[in-house]
Amino acid sequence: MRHEAALAAKRGAGHARGVTPRPLFPFSAIVGQDEMKLALLIAAVDQTIGGVLVFGDRGTGKSTAVRALAALLPPMRVIAGCPYACAPEKPAGLCDVCRGGGKRHRAALVPVPVVDLPLGATEDRVVGALDIERALAQGVKAFEPGLLARAHRGFLYIDEVNLLEDHIVDLLLDVAASGENVVEREGLSIRHPARFVLVGSGNPEEGELRPQLLDRFGLSVEVATPTDLPTRVEVVRRRDAFERDPAGFAAAWAPEEAKLRRRIVAARRRLDDTTVPDAVIEQAARLCLSLGTDGLRGELTLVRAARAFAAFEGERVVAAPHLRRVAPPALRHRLRRNVLDETVATTRVERAIAEVFGA
Amino acid sequence: MTGPAAWADATLAAILLAVDPDRLRGIVLRARPGPVRDRWLAWFRTLFPESVPFRRLPPGVGDERLLGGLDLAATLRAGRPVAERGVLAEADGGVLIVPMAERIPPPLAARLAAVLDRGEVVAERDGLALRHAARIALVLIDESAGEDERCPAALSERLALLADLTSVPLGEAALPDVNADTIARAQQRLRAVTVTDAAVEALCQTALALGIGSLRAPSLALSAARAAAALHGREEIGEEDLIAAGRLVLAPRATVLPAPTEESEAPPDREPEDAAAPDRPPEGDDTEGLDPKALAEVVLTAAAAAVPPDLLSALAGAGPRRALGGGKAGAAKVSKLRGAPLAARPGLPRGGARLALLDTLRAAAPWQRLRQPAEAGGTRPHIAVRREDFRIRRYRERSETTTIFVVDASGSAALARLAEAKGAVELLLADCYVRRDRVALIAFRGRGAELLLPPTGSLVRARRLLAALPGGGGTPLAAGLEAAEALAEAVLRRGGTPVLVLLTDGRANVTLAGTGGREAAEAEALAAARRLAARRLAAVLIDTSTRPQAQAERVARAMGARYLPLPYADAAALSRAVKAVQPGQTPARAA
Repeated sequence: MRHEAALAAKRGAGHARGVTPRPLFPFSAIVGQDEMKLALLIAAVDQTIGGVLVFGDRGTGKSTAVRALAALLPPMRVIAGCPYACAPEKPAGLCDVCRGGGKRHRAALVPVPVVDLPLGATEDRVVGALDIERALAQGVKAFEPGLLARAHRGFLYIDEVNLLEDHIVDLLLDVAASGENVVEREGLSIRHPARFVLVGSGNPEEGELRPQLLDRFGLSVEVATPTDLPTRVEVVRRRDAFERDPAGFAAAWAPEEAKLRRRIVAARRRLDDTTVPDAVIEQAARLCLSLGTDGLRGELTLVRAARAFAAFEGERVVAAPHLRRVAPPALRHRLRRNVLDETVATTRVERAIAEVFGA
Repeated sequence: MTGPAAWADATLAAILLAVDPDRLRGIVLRARPGPVRDRWLAWFRTLFPESVPFRRLPPGVGDERLLGGLDLAATLRAGRPVAERGVLAEADGGVLIVPMAERIPPPLAARLAAVLDRGEVVAERDGLALRHAARIALVLIDESAGEDERCPAALSERLALLADLTSVPLGEAALPDVNADTIARAQQRLRAVTVTDAAVEALCQTALALGIGSLRAPSLALSAARAAAALHGREEIGEEDLIAAGRLVLAPRATVLPAPTEESEAPPDREPEDAAAPDRPPEGDDTEGLDPKALAEVVLTAAAAAVPPDLLSALAGAGPRRALGGGKAGAAKVSKLRGAPLAARPGLPRGGARLALLDTLRAAAPWQRLRQPAEAGGTRPHIAVRREDFRIRRYRERSETTTIFVVDASGSAALARLAEAKGAVELLLADCYVRRDRVALIAFRGRGAELLLPPTGSLVRARRLLAALPGGGGTPLAAGLEAAEALAEAVLRRGGTPVLVLLTDGRANVTLAGTGGREAAEAEALAAARRLAARRLAAVLIDTSTRPQAQAERVARAMGARYLPLPYADAAALSRAVKAVQPGQTPARAA
């Protein structure tokens, strides 16, 4: 961060024009696309859900929704000055920097990071590398954390995930699975915690997503453009109102945003006390069995997502309707695949739901 | 659309873009190199004040120039990393002109799209985290000649305006009397323009009726209408503004023609030149009081009249194949696969090898203290880089394979056999999926061949098209081979590796001219096959006849293809045969 500030100062002279980046569209003002919004909210409630994949038509507000999520998330407590944003209340998961020293930590409130992984990012910036400025100026061998460190405890967003270079994808999958970033390069040997929610979006027409990548995501959502006129008119109208007066638009939606944020906070608090009855677990198992999903990951995600959804709805006990609602996003990308099968995965999941729950 | 109308639309598009570049985001200009295009571009420049930056995107631009990166000279001078801005940041607040837009590879398209969406360029490279404002408007110059090349949908989708100069003769290209001052006055009025619900509805309805799925289109159309209203000094978006937006934004994106209604029998003949004359006193025809349905009807009629004629013929020939919102992303894709970077290795940056700047500096870093006293003459901190520090970049390069399926759908290939051929293609498609190859689909039957699917990574589309492929008619084998040759050449031009998979019984009976005659047709087919052989294209011929045929084998020999009779081929044999002709991956090499 210090590094960036220095660079920003350096750039200042050559870049005097006061143009600011485009403001963010409020999450609660997004029209329709309920499944996408639900999946993102579930991931916000329970960050261990395993990430969200949003795939679908162009111009459906995929990246708008993901970026808007950042504004919704309540701030998190971190140890002040920690480069990896360690949580003060969890002494077990501290990084090397915080564990050493033995002094009392000061806590600070910071926004939850939603880090964009831009296309064209190089590996050294993703995993972190030797801090070249300090190496050159002071002859010190110091580690400069990368995007993975910055995304720790937050979200890592990849737009056009199907266009990301394969070697970066492999790297992300590895870290996402282990929750730890291990760097062995340029004589450095560093490991630091890196647990983040991986959010990817893309358009299937740009190319298929690698099968290995697909089932790493906890939830997968398909978005399509709405085809009914009233919805479309409303989308265009809100977009226009937002573009004409972003600040005014944001202010008008601020109460809705605050309400949603409170629901997320409440749901997180409730999450641990939300119980899953055996009957629901059995239903989840039957659903996975009838769909022939591979492995246990599907079942686990399904139950977890149902619990997060129940907590979000203000319930203490997970019931069948919760399971039904989250089954399509939790399972549709895990079906034993004939990739070229014409039957849409969603239809197959719905059919199985009808079987298990008796329509 | 005739010349004058096309030119009037193109100039109006330029004016609107100049009025509101931030919201309209840019224009796709279909135009070949020539004086008409030059005139448009030069005049477009005059619509902006001198201070507004205009940049041209160099072809084959690398990420370090596009997004920014480490400034070598400054870094060495300062002794610490110094960032350099890229073309995108330089164009902030101005216009970026992109020539040969139809050749933009998807990774570049995605980077440009991200900048359009965010208004800033964000890069994480070379040890730097860069963030620069980059509010730019794009002028994409689409110079494509054929159907198989189009500017990437990810970009054209985000740009409001589309204009076509290909049919405009220079004599028709008169410049309207508009300058930067006119534009500046319109810009001042822009914020005050109000929008009625009827206007939004009219645009949304028109977009739906024209089969435009994406919601960006009506949003952009609304912005265009607002710019038009500001240009004409109207306080509220009027009917004419909506018509202009319909013509310029919606019509070129149409995928279907609206069902005709009674009213559209007599389309209101509006001179588009009207719209290009700015600063007229406001007219009384605003949307107040007009019922939304009637307004939508008027806009739709005007937009439908502006739907490009080539679109009409394409629709008449093939039916609405393009899905709602579906672009032609498959068409203009990857030229050369970005390789996975390998670790940089010591070496000198010559012979095409590029310096790995950061790695070089890293290699030099540990020695600086030792070297300083000996080499630094002055007091300023220099970095002493020696020959042995130089590192060069290496990429594992892989030329992408495009498997071109050429399917004989004629009557002689009898329907039952066609089903088996489809089955064979499906097996091979599954293989392609695993290897992440691209596929293309050509079918020939009746009078000629048709490119059903330009090279794409979307195998689902291939399968869907294949399933819907009807059979019957004669066997224009030569036409099929010619189409395959043309497509293979296009793939080669983009740096890909084509592999032909031809499924036929080899019994040609329709000539290139579309007439019957077995002998002439066979002779032509053999000639076409020999041309393919001369190009040394990797090919497999799968004989789909019930009993292996001499003709098919002859064609296979002529085109230098591996011959495989389907009756004996199971999935494994098919897969082996295609794999056998595929060139292996080229080994790692310095790039």
